[in-house]
Amino acid sequence: MKTDKLADTIIAVFEKDLLKIDYLKETRLSVHINPGAIVNVARFMQVHLRLRFIIASAMHTGKGIEILYHFSDDATGNIINVQVVLDENKPEIDSLTGLFTAANWIEREMYEILGINFRNHPNLEKLLSDGNWAEGVYPYRKSN
Amino acid sequence: MSNKKIIPIGPYHPLQEEPELFKLYCEGEIVKDIKWETGYNHRGIEKLSEQKTFDQVFFLVERICGICSTSHPFAFANAMEEIADIEVPDRAKYIRTIIGELERLHSHLLWVGLAGHFLGYNTVFMWAWKYREPVLDLFEMITGNRNSYAMFKIGGVRRDITDPQIREIKKVMQVVKRKTDLLTGAVMDDPVIHARTKGVGILTKKDIADYAAVGPTARASGVDIDIRRDDPYAAYGLVDWKVITAEAGDVFAKAEVRLLEMYESIKIIEQCLNKMKREKEGDTEIQVREIPEGIGTGRAEAPRGEVFHFVVTDGSNSPVRHKIRAPSYVNIATFKKSCVGQTIADATISLAAVDPCYCCTERMAVAYDFASKERLYSGYELLDISRRKTEKIKTQKSQ
Repeated sequence: MKTDKLADTIIAVFEKDLLKIDYLKETRLSVHINPGAIVNVARFMQVHLRLRFIIASAMHTGKGIEILYHFSDDATGNIINVQVVLDENKPEIDSLTGLFTAANWIEREMYEILGINFRNHPNLEKLLSDGNWAEGVYPYRKSN
Repeated sequence: MSNKKIIPIGPYHPLQEEPELFKLYCEGEIVKDIKWETGYNHRGIEKLSEQKTFDQVFFLVERICGICSTSHPFAFANAMEEIADIEVPDRAKYIRTIIGELERLHSHLLWVGLAGHFLGYNTVFMWAWKYREPVLDLFEMITGNRNSYAMFKIGGVRRDITDPQIREIKKVMQVVKRKTDLLTGAVMDDPVIHARTKGVGILTKKDIADYAAVGPTARASGVDIDIRRDDPYAAYGLVDWKVITAEAGDVFAKAEVRLLEMYESIKIIEQCLNKMKREKEGDTEIQVREIPEGIGTGRAEAPRGEVFHFVVTDGSNSPVRHKIRAPSYVNIATFKKSCVGQTIADATISLAAVDPCYCCTERMAVAYDFASKERLYSGYELLDISRRKTEKIKTQKSQ
């Protein structure tokens, strides 16, 4: 499926939770959504569109803490980024571990480097620096 | 809990690329659970990258992995060229592809050798590593280095491949092909290797989807994904080759996929060498004056699977955010499926089957009883258990 067709499908299903769509290039698409809808959107990506979860990237920007969930459509070579913005004072979002185990480690990593709380994560502990890093200090926050 | 033993494999040796600690929870000979710890040698490369210029980042990401050191610059170049919206000259595309495939050859040969070593087939180990040498020599001839080649830059490659070098690469490819025939025959037809690897460490299609595993690990379970074909980059769309898959999902299928992939790599290299001759010599890069603001997602199929780089730029000369996902990050997690329920003797080869860095197993592994702190096995003894099992099967087969 071409990215514009994919975008139409996503617009039709998630009209309420959709904030913006960026058409980056022929095979790349960014979908900005309401953080509350992440589990439903990810489930739709995985079950209906049959996309593969690649990884998630989190970053601290002027808007707050942003997460991009990257999904790959291996049949066409498309990459769909599902983008959410969280409040930087209390970054919180639902965990995707209920949908696929692949989300487990990367959510722990994002919790560690940016202090994002993933609700319903089975084991939200530090992944990279357990016991070697100060509590409450997040190295990837820009204020540090 | 008193009869449960914990076997830690790891944590690390500073020279290897992926330090990690595996704790195998065992009851008798059977592995009941597995836990994983990492971060022993966390280098903060994503953060470091934000403090470097784009040109410097290439040298940084090249040092993420010691074996597939060109996959990361490859993916990073793809991401940056997506942001800058540029296409590199065809000659550069062919050179990039040749470097990428030579790397796959030497990485797969390394894996075959180590797998043989684990099973007690040191002849396979010696052969595979011996035949890997000419490939490394080719790298030295083309790039000046056996590893960390520094070939990539935004807009092309740093060095051309000359006509005498093309002739030499072709000659070595013939040798490697013959030796791969020899190795493939030795591994695929050996009844003892069949007995040790078939039905061991099975991953189903469902497991692959759940863990989002990639590369030969996924392809050996019948999941037909390969970034080189699915999202073509460099010259992969310009040459004829096929994606190798197998259905069984066990250790043998993973070995089969890697061995057959080597033939495809040789095919790709030979075609690239022929086609690049038609391009103008020295036409290996285009000048890139500035990188605009934007986001880029670059991918490359490393020997172990898809490498993913996500870069955010703001119009300056460094990344604002640079996220890197190496294939082992998703592949290692599948151990939970492939090792649980296996014997300790099979755990070593199941761990090795996804091709993580497993020098750890040799150097640091110690098995001990958590309650009494009594040492059960050293790393060498663990290897010995695996080899003894092979010997036992060999004796049974010969009787």
